[in-house]
Amino acid sequence: MNRRDFLNTAAAAIAVAVPGSVLAQRAGASYDRLLVLVELKGGNDGLNTVVPYAESEYYALRPRLAVPRDQVLQLDAHTGLHPSLEPLMALWKSEELAIVQGVGYPGANLSHFRSIEIWDTASKSSEYLSEGWLARAFATAPTPRSFAADGVIVGGVEMGPFAGGTRAIAVTDTAQFLRQARLAAPPGQARNSALVHILRVEQDIVHAAANLNAEQAFVTDFPRSPFGNAIRTAAQIVANKAGVAAVKVSLNGFDTHSNQPATHARLLKDLADGLVALKAALVELGRWNSTLVMTYAEFGRRPRENLSNGTDHGTATTHMLLGGRVKGGLYGHAPALGSLDGNGNLPYGVDFRELYATVLEGWWALESSRTLNGRFQPLALLKT
Amino acid sequence: MPRRAPSGSILVLAFVGAVGSSILSPAHAATLLGFDDARHLLNRTSFAANPEEINAFARLTREQAVDRLLAGGRNPPVTPPPSWTGEPFQSPRRFQAMSAEERKLARAELFQRAFELQSWWLSEMLSTPSPLTEKMTLFWHNHFVSSQQKVRSPQLMYQQNVLLRRHALGNFRQMLHAVARDPAMVIYLDSASNRKGSPNENFARELMELFTLGEGNYGESDVKEAARAFTGWSINPATGEFLFRSAVHDDGMKTVLGRTGDFQGDGVLDILLEQPQTAEFIVGKLWREFVARDPDPAEVKRIARVFRDSGYEIGTALRAILDSDAFYSSQNRAGLIKSPIELVVGTLRQFKFKTGEVMPFVLAANQLGQALFAPPNVKGWPGGETWINSTTLLARKAFLERLFRVEELRPMLASAMDGGMDQPKGVARLAGGRERFVRAMMEVRFDGNAWLAQFKGSDAAAVQRVVLAAAPAGDAVTRIQGMELIRQLTQDPVYQLK
Repeated sequence: MNRRDFLNTAAAAIAVAVPGSVLAQRAGASYDRLLVLVELKGGNDGLNTVVPYAESEYYALRPRLAVPRDQVLQLDAHTGLHPSLEPLMALWKSEELAIVQGVGYPGANLSHFRSIEIWDTASKSSEYLSEGWLARAFATAPTPRSFAADGVIVGGVEMGPFAGGTRAIAVTDTAQFLRQARLAAPPGQARNSALVHILRVEQDIVHAAANLNAEQAFVTDFPRSPFGNAIRTAAQIVANKAGVAAVKVSLNGFDTHSNQPATHARLLKDLADGLVALKAALVELGRWNSTLVMTYAEFGRRPRENLSNGTDHGTATTHMLLGGRVKGGLYGHAPALGSLDGNGNLPYGVDFRELYATVLEGWWALESSRTLNGRFQPLALLKT
Repeated sequence: MPRRAPSGSILVLAFVGAVGSSILSPAHAATLLGFDDARHLLNRTSFAANPEEINAFARLTREQAVDRLLAGGRNPPVTPPPSWTGEPFQSPRRFQAMSAEERKLARAELFQRAFELQSWWLSEMLSTPSPLTEKMTLFWHNHFVSSQQKVRSPQLMYQQNVLLRRHALGNFRQMLHAVARDPAMVIYLDSASNRKGSPNENFARELMELFTLGEGNYGESDVKEAARAFTGWSINPATGEFLFRSAVHDDGMKTVLGRTGDFQGDGVLDILLEQPQTAEFIVGKLWREFVARDPDPAEVKRIARVFRDSGYEIGTALRAILDSDAFYSSQNRAGLIKSPIELVVGTLRQFKFKTGEVMPFVLAANQLGQALFAPPNVKGWPGGETWINSTTLLARKAFLERLFRVEELRPMLASAMDGGMDQPKGVARLAGGRERFVRAMMEVRFDGNAWLAQFKGSDAAAVQRVVLAAAPAGDAVTRIQGMELIRQLTQDPVYQLK
């Protein structure tokens, strides 16, 4: 038994004696550290988000769609941000924004439905798992019972990475959730496993409702957009005394098959404004240094523009991680525009499960290979 | 009529009728079901029964009851399909030649039609005289999975549904052969791109893993070899009909499960049907649907033998399952979670709701996680406990709450919708969606007093015996009555069970 195992065992013993104590939270998995997932639904165009502006191939593949070189917000001599992401430049300069390029997986699936399922369940492209990757993590290392919930999904009804067995709840608007939660019954008598399951879910709802409120008054000015509202709700949830381990928000509309430029510019502005507001709210709460924000999506988009001034489903793409403990900078592999596959799509350089390993091991101090069904190397993008 | 089977005891079971069965199960042969057993049988084999139906079945023996259920099957649908199902085939490939504007319109039409198709099936479930036919069609839809999400042809998805309902209570062998050349399936599992020299194994793999043998009963080489036998199974893109392209068919020798020959696809299907695992796999799945989530291996083996010896008559397997003591055992009551379709359709049928356009109920089922014609992946809806999480449980309760308050909510409906409150997902994408939704909700009628009147002043316990599969988990209902009684029973966690 090594030192950490010993400490974990000791902590578990204490946790049994003093349920929900602060000690139990700190010594085992570090669930006092929050994860915020931002899903870019529809598949974000990574090439026009983080632009390889020095590559002539980029301009050759996208005669109409390419972001002009003089409009790119330069990060280094090859790479720059879409101009709509200007609000994120402050985070880049303070080195709190990590950009990971070339994130994907072997045997990429080009269906929205199937590919997001692969991401949500952290499965191989040929295997079908029903539990989300966070559900498996929480099953291996439970969050403190005192938490309002394992996770909260803001907006949307799909449980995604939380599917199957977590204490996760979905909230569009906290006040509305609290109204609806009155329909959940107090614990009753269970006679079989199906009923046990239903009663447990009812109890999770009641427990979350009892520990959530929407009373925090923020100085932060949240954008007046659906995404801004989702960020506000997320911040309200984080503000509650009873913790949560993870919050998921999503931004819809990235499936830009046609007339992409205006739509994509608006979406990226929404994203940047929302993330900046999220940081401000977390700073207000004193949580910025204990929060890791990470984007994800089912796939990126095809490098070559299509005939409708848009882009079709692709494979590898770029994702962002931000937070007070993030070591800002560029990570991963710049898009290999010279070696596209048979469908004209990009090869991946970073397996998405390496990002998950980063969260599980680097952020929460959990062993990740059981959750991810294999060994994936965490990226060194967190300050210790 | 089932085919004549070789062995004597099986012959007895295979014949329809009370005589043969009663020899094998004398204990319950002459006993009448009674109210609770009749309720159990009907709630597992239909979409929740109302008291008249339960009382009618209570006077039958087990065998007579199953006879009646099976004899009612195989009716053509009573609901006319959307008119476009009879129009010339619209190829999904047409999108390629379209301008951006045309494509947008075509996508909107596709969405519209997919919704109309869902509405058609849900309407049929609400009005059919044979709920068992619909349940079994849904069972096969979740077995031989295809999804409009990938097929992108509501016409082909409709044709597949017609195929599944034709065989739903018929013969599994015939159904398997028909499904393998069903155009929606050919598209869904990429058979069309399975060619000699560059085989696509998708269909062959799922055929073994999900349609017949089940995992662990075949090897990788069986998949590869079987895929070769299905090369050239394609569709004609102009007509949407099955087409065998002999030019891309691999007519070499293949070895599948130890048998070698220059097999065609049909030959492989016959090899799979010879394996005892296939019957066991199907019976196990039927068991999980009708009896309990953890099948009894000995019973599954016994019934699988009956099934296989009958030449794969589905009615024979179903009869053996529904006649079994395990089906009626007290341990297996109220132990299955209703699917979203069962909850929605069952509630509307059991309480005799009057409805206009079924749109709100299609949207409800979609929101609760069971979008007809669009299962999540080739494995289908996993079902059971996965139906219930915090989101779907609250959504189920909110749906029931709204439904049983529909009379008092009606005056507020139109204004509530104007305020943008509670607009279900998907409404905005349908032509005139919001207005249609409000109108449809205004047309929903529930006469609680008339419904309760059939209990002729009996106590709450009598109502509870119809509405719940077991005693409530929450508060007892001794002191309440009227609509309050119905609301409390339908909000009880046990209402989610069947």
